Amino acid sequence: MSPQTANTYAHPENDLTPEVNYLNATKGLKSWLLTLDHKRIGVMYLVTILTFFMVGGLLALGIRAELFTPEGDLFTAATYNKMFTLHGAIMVFLVLVPAIPASIGNFVLPLMLGQKDVAFPKLNLASFWIYIFGAAFLVFTLINGGVDTGWTFYTPYSSDHASGSVVLTLTGAFILGFSSILTGLNFIVTIHKMRAPGQTWRKMPLMLWALYSTSVIQVLATPVIAITLFLLIFERILEIGIFDPSMGGDPVLFQHFFWFYSHPVVYVMVLPAFGVISETVSVHSRKHIFGYMAIAGSSVSIASVGFLIWGHHMFLSGQSELQGAIFSFLTFGVAIPTAIKNFSWIATLWKGSIRWNTVMFYTLGFIWIFLIGGLTGLFLATMATDVHLHDTYFVVAHFHYVMMGGTLFALVTAIHHWWPKMTGKMFNETIGKATFWLAFIGYNLTFFPQFVAGTQGMPRRYHQYVPEFEVWMQASTIGSFIFGLALFIILGYLIHSLVKGVKAPHNPWGAVSLEWETATPPIEHNFHGLPVCTKGPYDFDEIEEGA
Amino acid sequence: MIPSLLLPLLGVGEAAAGQGKTFWMPPQASTLAPDVDKVFYFIYWVDIAFFVLMMGAVIFFAIKYKQKKEGEKTSANKGSHSLELVWAVVPTILSVVMFVTGFRVYVESVIPPADSYDVRVVAQKWSWAFEYPSEGIEATELVVPADTNVRLTMNSKDVLHSFFVPDFRVKKDVVPGRYSVVWFNAPEPGEHHIFCTEYCGDGHSVMLNTVKVLPQDEYDAWLASQKAVAEAEGDLTGVALGESLFAKKACVGCHAIDGTKLVGPPMNGLLGRTEELADGSTIVADDDYIRESILAPTTKVVAGYAPSMPPFEGQLSETEINALIDYIKSLD
Repeated sequence: MSPQTANTYAHPENDLTPEVNYLNATKGLKSWLLTLDHKRIGVMYLVTILTFFMVGGLLALGIRAELFTPEGDLFTAATYNKMFTLHGAIMVFLVLVPAIPASIGNFVLPLMLGQKDVAFPKLNLASFWIYIFGAAFLVFTLINGGVDTGWTFYTPYSSDHASGSVVLTLTGAFILGFSSILTGLNFIVTIHKMRAPGQTWRKMPLMLWALYSTSVIQVLATPVIAITLFLLIFERILEIGIFDPSMGGDPVLFQHFFWFYSHPVVYVMVLPAFGVISETVSVHSRKHIFGYMAIAGSSVSIASVGFLIWGHHMFLSGQSELQGAIFSFLTFGVAIPTAIKNFSWIATLWKGSIRWNTVMFYTLGFIWIFLIGGLTGLFLATMATDVHLHDTYFVVAHFHYVMMGGTLFALVTAIHHWWPKMTGKMFNETIGKATFWLAFIGYNLTFFPQFVAGTQGMPRRYHQYVPEFEVWMQASTIGSFIFGLALFIILGYLIHSLVKGVKAPHNPWGAVSLEWETATPPIEHNFHGLPVCTKGPYDFDEIEEGA
Repeated sequence: MIPSLLLPLLGVGEAAAGQGKTFWMPPQASTLAPDVDKVFYFIYWVDIAFFVLMMGAVIFFAIKYKQKKEGEKTSANKGSHSLELVWAVVPTILSVVMFVTGFRVYVESVIPPADSYDVRVVAQKWSWAFEYPSEGIEATELVVPADTNVRLTMNSKDVLHSFFVPDFRVKKDVVPGRYSVVWFNAPEPGEHHIFCTEYCGDGHSVMLNTVKVLPQDEYDAWLASQKAVAEAEGDLTGVALGESLFAKKACVGCHAIDGTKLVGPPMNGLLGRTEELADGSTIVADDDYIRESILAPTTKVVAGYAPSMPPFEGQLSETEINALIDYIKSLD
């Protein structure tokens, strides 16, 4: 041990792999459903989010099955439209937005800060139940005839033409917004006011910088979508013309309001993913993260610039050409910090000691997928090419690479990385690594062909299509079923590890951030006494001194 | 040598498949298309370079620095300001170049030349109609002369639609309550897809049409024939008028006449048929029912279909309604 490893939390009562931990300290369903423990709330979020991910994923497989042939033969157009609407709404509002912050974030944030809980534990529980309440509305629409507006709810289709439970869906999304705001607020206060002694801003793990930036967006942007959805409910029920031109409204205004939230929220989905990757790429290559301040600063600048570029969704909507040009220019401003992060992760690998384990495979898989997602974004930021590619399968492929490949691959990375911490069990590495290849190949086979279909001109949200796109659609469908299979295998071996898995050692990855200083799984109140933070989150024992 | 399987990924074209068609891009059928494709391929090669460089480094590092045993020493490197400066500045410069080139071509694409030939486009669920104001005709397909600047002034009767011709690299949202404009110049005769690219409901994916680009002389001939049809149509009656309206009002997009179930129920043999309605009741289809279903289609919807047909109240004359009913009666 080198002398700088004095990040000690040596407490006399410490048993680092205790029999009594947060999972079994209290028993019974009620002790979970009404818990104020951030770890249990995080686990409940994780289970719920993964359940909805399965629902949204099965809908996606239905969509892909329909698109295997050019004819609209498996479902009617009306059913297909409801399927992609619910797929989008569930994935965005119930899965991607809370995916990492509310589940993994909730679990690790107070631990990384050396604290017993978040600043407002009751608010944390409230935000979980608000989430469940909002989700109930979306689930109810599913069995109540569905909704066919697309998750974007564009007017005047949504206000005047769509059939089905539009108001119920909007209400659900409206309620879910509050859950998001409260989680964000809780995290901001906790990070500002409750860091371990010695833990300066520059000693926080980058995951916390990412969660912090995410929370700021959640608090500032979510009220706008709430108001917008509320106005739309107003218009639909009371027939007050706000967005519907037949009543004197402006349909493009809705798009401005909608994207003012829905563009920044892309970063709510992807910044926490960056946080996860910044942790795993460093821990599993045993090397200090490259360019700590650049990564931390790029999270903050992505969160800020992210508010100024919503109009790049609307180059063709009828907004002015000058507006379009300004939005296009600013959009490139968000590409730069994103590029810096990618370069920094790659440089972190240089002269490291890179573990070939499941977590590292997913980390590198994330870099591959996110790089494709980011680079294809350049075609869409550039106005001349966006005109051709807008609302085609190119856009579908791009945002799935960024949001689904980015966020979900990072979630899978995070689940594997913190699995021993959360459950006290190790999963099977061999199956984990083999499944990675299945998931990675299935994923790319699903979404890469969609780029080609898109550049060749296939519009999105098509229930049937002209035969020249068939080969790309078939490749994509085959890929999606391989990817689906891989996800079920992951679920299978993780559940298996709960029952039959080897007991996890206290710190299986040799990480030095504070969450690994305490017991595995953590005790109910995380730490006996307060840990003191004397060294950075990436100062591993293996790092050579000097230089 | 690059394996031949990878050639398409590098943008190498399939010459036989069409003018300017490559693995990535459809044929270049407008004067704008080559300019857009130049921007596309510029970004494409920048992307390829970055991807190969970055993933190459990832794979190289992952193999070279693969962990041999736990606890081996690693570099104390924590960053490099000069390197960070390079990889902030180089992408910034490239971004500005992309923005500028993209902006210039965009400006070219949104400003129609003053001498453009005008066509009006009217979109509605789920059809396109084309009006030629200077010729006094309407058409169900977009027919244009080759090598001519054509300006489309578009609006929508109901919801958002979007007019997209991939071969022209042209797209623009069509918005109710306002006009939007696109223009193009197709140098060579040919036929190209028109797609609706803004989701508009059940018939979104069948809201297709075709641009027919004709040589000037054939175009003149087409115009003459359309004018003759327009004059004659005033005299069309009964079934013939109904058949013409059935196509023109895009009924045919959702209602088959050969028994196929599309977005809406098939029309052949409808008269006298007993239909089960969505609320469980039944009705025998007669003149009154067909009339009501044209003017206010959501009142009595046949079970198994969505109430998604737009109302034609106020859009058809009495003669036209009768002609449509007569035409539907004639189908079996």
